[in-house]
Formats: sequence, structure tokens, C-alpha cells
Amino acid sequence: MKRLPSLLAAFLLVLALPALARAQEKAPVVAAAADLQFALTEAADLFTQQTGKTVRLSFGSSGNFHRQIAEGGPYELYLSADETYVFDLAKAGLTLDEGKLYAVGRIVLIVPPGSPLKPDGSLKDLAAQLKNGTVAKFAIANPEHAPYGRAARSALKSAGLWSEIESKLILGENVSQAAQYATSGSAQGGIIAYSLALSPKVSALGRFDLIPADWHDPLRQRMALTKKAGATAKAFYEFLQSPPARGIFKRYGFVLPTE
Amino acid sequence: MDWEALGLSLSLGGWTIAFLLPIGILAGRWLAWTKFKGKEAVEALLALPLVLPPTVLGYYLLVSMGARSPLGQAIEAVFGQGLVFTFEGLVVASVLVNLPFAIQPMQRAFEAIPREVREAGACSGLSPWRMLLEIELPLAWPGILTAMVLSFTHTLGEFGVVLMVGGNIPGETKTVAVAIYDRVQAFDSEAAANMAALLLALSFVTIGISYVLGNRRSPS
Repeated sequence: MKRLPSLLAAFLLVLALPALARAQEKAPVVAAAADLQFALTEAADLFTQQTGKTVRLSFGSSGNFHRQIAEGGPYELYLSADETYVFDLAKAGLTLDEGKLYAVGRIVLIVPPGSPLKPDGSLKDLAAQLKNGTVAKFAIANPEHAPYGRAARSALKSAGLWSEIESKLILGENVSQAAQYATSGSAQGGIIAYSLALSPKVSALGRFDLIPADWHDPLRQRMALTKKAGATAKAFYEFLQSPPARGIFKRYGFVLPTE
Repeated sequence: MDWEALGLSLSLGGWTIAFLLPIGILAGRWLAWTKFKGKEAVEALLALPLVLPPTVLGYYLLVSMGARSPLGQAIEAVFGQGLVFTFEGLVVASVLVNLPFAIQPMQRAFEAIPREVREAGACSGLSPWRMLLEIELPLAWPGILTAMVLSFTHTLGEFGVVLMVGGNIPGETKTVAVAIYDRVQAFDSEAAANMAALLLALSFVTIGISYVLGNRRSPS
């Protein structure tokens, strides 16, 4: 029992960890749509290199973040994949303003190796394979709260495949999880964000093809600072509108808004 | 490996058992030694988190502590910030989820103390405090330690409630269990594998400790 005091001290130290972390100048938390998983991580690294400041990125579905911010979540910057969520928060007075359009997204059909599906963005092969019964599972993001899920649903409806495929869908919590499901090999394919498909990690796991942009409402992605934003979050917001950051977004297949 | 998430998980486990130690001792003793009408109902209520899906508890916590509820608004008025999506909120949720893991082993331990021993103590004129410190706790400590170890480990693994009440906020509510989920979504299977292995090892060691303690309590 001689070790009791040091054990107790270690225990108290562990208890104090969150408080200690808070005492430091805390890096702002950024809520970002899951299609930005790779592009924004790269942009944030560049931001840190250039300014020495860091931000903390939390990825998820835009709809979930919208709900969390409405309920008082501690995010300082919100990058949504659907601008209506940002307008909604602006109307509720939770953001500083209506923010900025930063990118327009595209969707792709992605198929893992060994799938009977061809990576055909016109979805003609998907229609044929659905008739043959070779498609058992197909991944998209949850249309309820993920903009990329809604775009996937619109595209499948445009192609006239929705009623046939609905019972075969597996829904990702967000588009990043949908990409995980689609390329896992347990599904025959899925519809995910172009920006995810272009990342080295995902493109190694499947072949993909762009789906016509007019088959769904444009994925107008808007960002806004929340009322909780501090100096670092504001600097990052400015940085994301600068040429280096825009270059990264462009490389990940986003269509950039003109000034 | 996400060290921040690991630190957060350890801290959450620490706070949880710091609160559950006194709660468990009081509730465990009370349930072990008192008979009253409706005791089964109280015991059932305290055991509920064992069988209740964590999402059910998460849902009720979200509704009752959220920014739109009277309780949530009262908390925000007093402390300047709400409980949902904060570390403090996770502690509240975690204490509730772990009530049975803390109370039940302690109750069993207090039940195992022979009645005559306590009566002898009372006859010698020991105050309730000294009874607790000098007789009850020394006899019940393996059960109490088991309760703490179980609650701590269970907290490290808690996922559903943490995700619902905490969101997935780095440095605030992103615990190791949530970080694993997060890393899989980010196609970062290496980090996910490391953290999963760490949790597996940690859980095995702590469960092992509770079995060792259990054997020591009842030497055969």
C-alpha cells in the first residue's frame, strides 16, 4: 500500500486531463461534411504549415452537424455539403452571416474489384445487372440527413432505378461511411462523392465513373463561421478561400465557385 | 493512434468511478441491508442499463439535457454551457450507464458481511462512520474494487451513448471507442487496428483483475 499516494496522484492527473487540455489555447473544432474527409485534411495541414495554427476537424453528415450546432455544439466553423443547412442556421442567428459557397460537388458510381458491375456513370449497366439479379447490396449515404445521399437518390430516380434498388440499399451514416461500405467488397457498388473517389486511399479500392450532374440538384457546398468562432477559425475560413486551398479542392474534383 | 482520444477515455473512466464510488457504497449498503416494499422495483430500475439499448438512454438524455429542454436551459443558465456535446455531459451519461456495474458487485459484497459482525461492532459502541471505515469497507473492498474496475472498463468501451450525447468532437467527446469508428470511416485502418488492439488488451487485463479479486474474496 506504499504505492497508494503515487497511484492516487496518477489518478488525479488523469481526471484533470480535459481541464488541462482546455487551459491551453484550444484549437477550434471544425464541423465538416464527410465528402471533405481527404481534401479538408490536406488543406488543414497546409494551413498549419503556413500559419503554425491548428484546427481540429470533425467529419460527419451535414444534417447531423446542423442539428448539433442548433443544439449548442461547440463548433466554430461549419462546412456543409448542402447550403440550405447553412441558410437555416443563419436565419436562426447561430452563424455570423450566410457564409460563402466554397465548392460544388459531384457524385460517382464506384464498384470494387470482383463486382459484376461495370463502372458506368450512365447507370445503364446498373439497370441491366439489377434485372439479372446480380446486385444484392448497393451503398449510398442516408438521404435523410446526408446531402450526398439525397443526390444519390435523385440520380437513381432519374435513371428510373429507385423502386428496384431501394430494397438493396445499405445506408451509410454519411458519405464517407457509404464509401467504406461500397468498397468493402461486401456490396456490389455504391454512389459516393467524387472527392472521396479521387483520394488515393479510396481509388485503390475500386473503379469509378462520374454520374451526369443534371441528374440531381447541384451539391452547393457552403461554409459559415458560427457565433462561437475565434481568431484561428476566422483565419482558417479566410485561408479556405485563398488560391492554395482552392487548388486542393479543385484537385479533389470540386467545381469551384467563381469570385 | 489517437492519444488525445485515449486520454479523454481514461479521464472519462476516472470521473465516472469517482462519482460512482460514493454512490455505489451508499446504494449498495442500503440495498444489502434494508428490506422495504418495492425494493425489487428499485433494484430493477438500477439494473436497467444492463439491458437497455444505449441509444434509448442516449435519446432520453439528449431530450432531457438538450438546449430546448427546461433542464438543459437551467443548466446553461447556471454553468454558462449546456451538457449535450460536452465532456461533462458524457460524465453524467456514463455515471447513469454504469450504475448497475458499480452497485451490484458492491451490494453482493456488503451482503456477504455476516450480520453478527456488524452487531458486534454496534455493541462495542462504534459510530456508523467508524463501522463503515473499520469494519465494512475492509471486508467489502474486493467487491468495491471489482465494481470500480468493471465500471472503468465499461466506460472505455461505451459507444452508443457517447456518440449520441457527445457527438464526435476531437478533444471534447471523441473517446477511443468513437475514434475507432471515425478512423474506419476515414479509411485509416491502421490507426483503427492499433486502437482496437489496445482496447482489447486493456479490457482483458481489467476483466482479469476482477476475476483475480473475485477468487481472493471467496477462497476455495
